[in-house]
Amino acid sequence: MSNDNSAGEKGLLSGWWGALCKPSSRWSLGGLLASGIVLGVVLWGGFNWALEATNTETFCLSCHEMEQNVYREFRGTIHDSNRSGVRATCPDCHVPRPWVYKMIRKIQASNEIWHKILGSIDTREKFEAKRIELATHVWTAMKATDSRECRNCHDFGAFDLTRQTSRARNRHAEAEQQGKTCIDCHKGVAHQLPAGAFKAERELNKSMEGETKP
Amino acid sequence: MKTKIKAIALALALALGFGVLGAAAGAADVKSLRPTEANQPDAPPAIFKVVEGAKHDRAYRQQPPMVPHSIDKYETDIKVNQCLRCHEWPFSDQEKAPKISDMHYIDRNGIRQDTVNGNRYFCKQCHVPQVDAKPLVDNKFQPATLNTNLR
Repeated sequence: MSNDNSAGEKGLLSGWWGALCKPSSRWSLGGLLASGIVLGVVLWGGFNWALEATNTETFCLSCHEMEQNVYREFRGTIHDSNRSGVRATCPDCHVPRPWVYKMIRKIQASNEIWHKILGSIDTREKFEAKRIELATHVWTAMKATDSRECRNCHDFGAFDLTRQTSRARNRHAEAEQQGKTCIDCHKGVAHQLPAGAFKAERELNKSMEGETKP
Repeated sequence: MKTKIKAIALALALALGFGVLGAAAGAADVKSLRPTEANQPDAPPAIFKVVEGAKHDRAYRQQPPMVPHSIDKYETDIKVNQCLRCHEWPFSDQEKAPKISDMHYIDRNGIRQDTVNGNRYFCKQCHVPQVDAKPLVDNKFQPATLNTNLR
């Protein structure tokens, strides 16, 4: 019985494969080409559309985990409202722009969907308990990439140090000399810090010593 | 009977009308200490920038030092106190920031601890930044540093 079944599946599969390998005797080459082009445009366009649709603040906030925790903390920070009205939304900082890294991050995000289903952080208490772990993930990634997402907008070379306050000017000049990266100092700029943040920071710096920029 | 009701209604209407007029006249007479009319909403407060990088002198010996930078972005709650990230030892050495005075480590029993005491945890209760606002009323206060009689 099982033999028959597998043989039948194999037959069907090889039949399909055979049909794909053989030249078409029924459809014209032009028709195949045209339908291929149309299908290609629709599929590639659809892929990019889905990629962009999941790369918006609205999409992120469609989960209450994001809206009620990280987004409410983000409101009122310098990246949300400022004198020129230029905003950085969730994906600007949390999704890389180069295609390869973007794809990797998008695939990683499937794990986030899994935890959404599990309800890992579906209450404020659960979120606060996990905050140190989640924050450390972001800090580690930012250190490893030399704060790539910050630098999409904040270019060290484009800093006008004369327009910064004396405190910022001194520290930025120092940071550039020491080869520090943005996240080394700017933790908790858009979200609240976790309890025990400074201890976690020291441990992270120790474990990643020499891993960032030369 | 009908004329009586009519008369009462007329009297009431007149009384109410005069009352409204009287109230309007009254509001104009009231002098407000604020620049806006007494029956108008207050003008929005002026916006002043925090003075950055200035050294604020103490006006008297026990005055908590004032903060020469803006602090609105620094979180102070049960989880973290971002002031301590630069001003507590050993961060103060690394960040070249003024160190918290040792008095802040003494607990209510007078025993020195290794962490900032809970009584002193909320830095912004005493240490505040300054804006370049002029005093609203005249003030004859003189800092103790100008009082030469003392020394």
